[in-house]
Amino acid sequence: MFDRLRVPATVVAALLALVGLWELYHWVWTTTGWTWPFVVNDTSMPHVWTIIKAFGQPAQVNQPSLIVVLLHKTAFTAKEAAAGFGVGAVIGFVLAVLLVHSRLLQRGFLPYIVASQTVPILAIAPMVVVWVNPKLPGPLQGWGAVAVIATYLTFFPVAINTLRGLQAADPRALELMRTYAASRRAVLWKLRVPSSLPYLFSALRLSATVSVVGAIIGELPTGLQNGLGGAIFNFNQYYSIEPQELWATNVIAALLGIAFFVLVVLAEKAVVQRSPEYVA
Amino acid sequence: MKRIGEWLPALVVFVLVVGLWEALVRALHVHQFLLPKPSTIIRVFWTDRHTLWPAGWYTFKEALGGFAIGSGLGILAATLVGRFRTLGKALMPVFIAANAIPIIAFAPIFGAWFNPISPHSKMAVAGVLCFLPVMVNTLRGLQSAKPRQIELMRSYAANELEIWRRVRVPTALPFVFTALKVASVLAMIGAIVGEYFGGALNALGVVINNAADVFQFDVAWAGILVASLLGIALYGAVVAAERIVLRWSPS
Amino acid sequence: MSSAAAIPAVVRLEHVTKTFPRGNVTALQDIDLELAPGEFVSLIGPSGCGKSTLLRVIGDLVEPSGGVISVNGKSARQAREDGDYGIVFQEAVLFDWRTVARNIALPLEMLGWDRDRRRARVREMLELVELSGFGDHHPWQLSGGMQQRVAIARALAFEPALLLMDEPFGALDEMTRERLNLELLSIWEKTGNTVVFVTHSISEAVFLSTRVVVMSPRPGRVAGIVEIDLPTPRTAETRDSPMFFALVTRVRELLRSRGEHLLPEEEELLEADR
Repeated sequence: MFDRLRVPATVVAALLALVGLWELYHWVWTTTGWTWPFVVNDTSMPHVWTIIKAFGQPAQVNQPSLIVVLLHKTAFTAKEAAAGFGVGAVIGFVLAVLLVHSRLLQRGFLPYIVASQTVPILAIAPMVVVWVNPKLPGPLQGWGAVAVIATYLTFFPVAINTLRGLQAADPRALELMRTYAASRRAVLWKLRVPSSLPYLFSALRLSATVSVVGAIIGELPTGLQNGLGGAIFNFNQYYSIEPQELWATNVIAALLGIAFFVLVVLAEKAVVQRSPEYVA
Repeated sequence: MKRIGEWLPALVVFVLVVGLWEALVRALHVHQFLLPKPSTIIRVFWTDRHTLWPAGWYTFKEALGGFAIGSGLGILAATLVGRFRTLGKALMPVFIAANAIPIIAFAPIFGAWFNPISPHSKMAVAGVLCFLPVMVNTLRGLQSAKPRQIELMRSYAANELEIWRRVRVPTALPFVFTALKVASVLAMIGAIVGEYFGGALNALGVVINNAADVFQFDVAWAGILVASLLGIALYGAVVAAERIVLRWSPS
Repeated sequence: MSSAAAIPAVVRLEHVTKTFPRGNVTALQDIDLELAPGEFVSLIGPSGCGKSTLLRVIGDLVEPSGGVISVNGKSARQAREDGDYGIVFQEAVLFDWRTVARNIALPLEMLGWDRDRRRARVREMLELVELSGFGDHHPWQLSGGMQQRVAIARALAFEPALLLMDEPFGALDEMTRERLNLELLSIWEKTGNTVVFVTHSISEAVFLSTRVVVMSPRPGRVAGIVEIDLPTPRTAETRDSPMFFALVTRVRELLRSRGEHLLPEEEELLEADR
């Protein structure tokens, strides 16, 4: 029984340690007056308690409390990230299935799929949003463009990892399928896809986080107010006055990223019956 | 001769895509506004080089600094945690979960700490982005020494330091380089995106963002090209270093 | 147990040759062989004698360069496509993501059997290899020997006429190997398949087979055939009988008589086997 509690307990312990270290650092630096690497005061490093209190208070007059506002924004951003993640994963998977059956297509497209990882996609996120937005149908506008960014960020790692997984089928198992005179479709679904699942989930774990990042960044240029990216941008303006609000937002953003990641890990546990190796 | 055959399909695709892009934009006359022709981008890349290239170098220095500091600290932290094996194994899920935090969201805070204009704030973003994957992978590499090899070293009455030098570190090196490759890409992206939240006027991210704001998309895309080339250059440098250090590795 | 002319051969090989272009290796040269139904035939020889290649030629996993093969009265390709044989490799090659039961059911799924029929057959096969409680286990939870039993169950699940085995017990320790030999014999007695069994263990070959085909390398060909008329049922005591010893010696002599072709290491390998 204690075994199952071990991971959550470690997380809680780590969080408490982090809070402790935070306050310790704050205390030491304010007492000694050190200014490196940066000046420490209540604005640059608000007390943890201040941040927690900020959740319960409204950020602006006549508005619900910060936590409620942030949860709404989180839902908005989560929607963008999830949509992009889902669509991107499907596209990536289909692309991998197509490529595994044609060495010619592989040699034609793989170098770009690999090279694209070095293009700072996030850097073009603002432009993509501006470009795509007008093309989307009415209800999809705004958040849909951001979802496109998440899709783009997801489908490359998913495609390349799934392809590697599909190709990683045990050659002896492939021989076994030949003895059954198996059709290409049977080999794909009964052998290649199941053995590619660990690779696929490794990519999904990465993409889950990246989708959230992409969603947050994508919201910036359009001035989308309804999401976390917009909230970060806004609270950044008021940082010198109310630093704890930006911190609170960042805490929520961090939790969103972690939540997506944990969901993928749980899904992996459910689908793949072995214990998933924790691959960063 | 065979090697050309391997590259040919990729080359064909490249030519086709670029050609198609160019042709479509010319033919349809639309979106030249938002998605300029490749020829335009290359042209602006050259004509505006006096703004773009120095800006790229400025941002590259931020990325490089962040990469060096972040990766260095990551390796150091992994070494420290790796000494205490049970601690390392227990904390692994925590580190991996921490890797899922959108660090970019903290860019404004780094800006507040180090002054939004100064390059240090962007270096901090790049550094933090590099720190986690490098630390996690280095730690995993240090933990992956084969027990049989450790046993062998003990039979030679080797002490902990020697075991580290002769077994754990060489085993960890491939993992470290994998992480460095990832970090090299993240560093550049971190620096540029960090600049979207504020930065010096001669920083590449700011140049790109400002150009986009006034709808000068050809300049913006040329800036992206600069950023990509620099990112690829850093990645290539890591790969070259890897080839030298890991000459013994079969993969 | 000799092949009667009236009973058609299950496997017939005439002048079968296989050359691998890379390295210009003649893996098989002019192989003539006939296997009667219900026989247990072992192929034995040093490395490079072509025994595994010959097995794969029969299974249409390798195309011969020349000669004629018929399996079950058809071409090897047709036999493979009709599912006329089951194969067991040296590694169990089980699918990690399937339970033991679903692994055994794999060929049945490929053949389109419905769920109830599959389930019934899987239960039968688990009983046959004495793994009845392990249907819901995963391969990694089983020992090497148990995994091979699952592989055998899978190979026999669709009741093929022919069973091809490529050093199936080679990766196991000697005690497990001897136990599995006995199990295999009892399974064979129940199912009555024709078995082609590749091994490099002389004692295993003699213990299991009705005939032992001795092969020699460079180029791969049949050096001789030894009829094994040990009494059945064969038990652990059979290994101690003088007849067994005599047959083992005869096989060893055949292997060594082509000795000018054996490398010193290969000699040692055969010596090490008692």
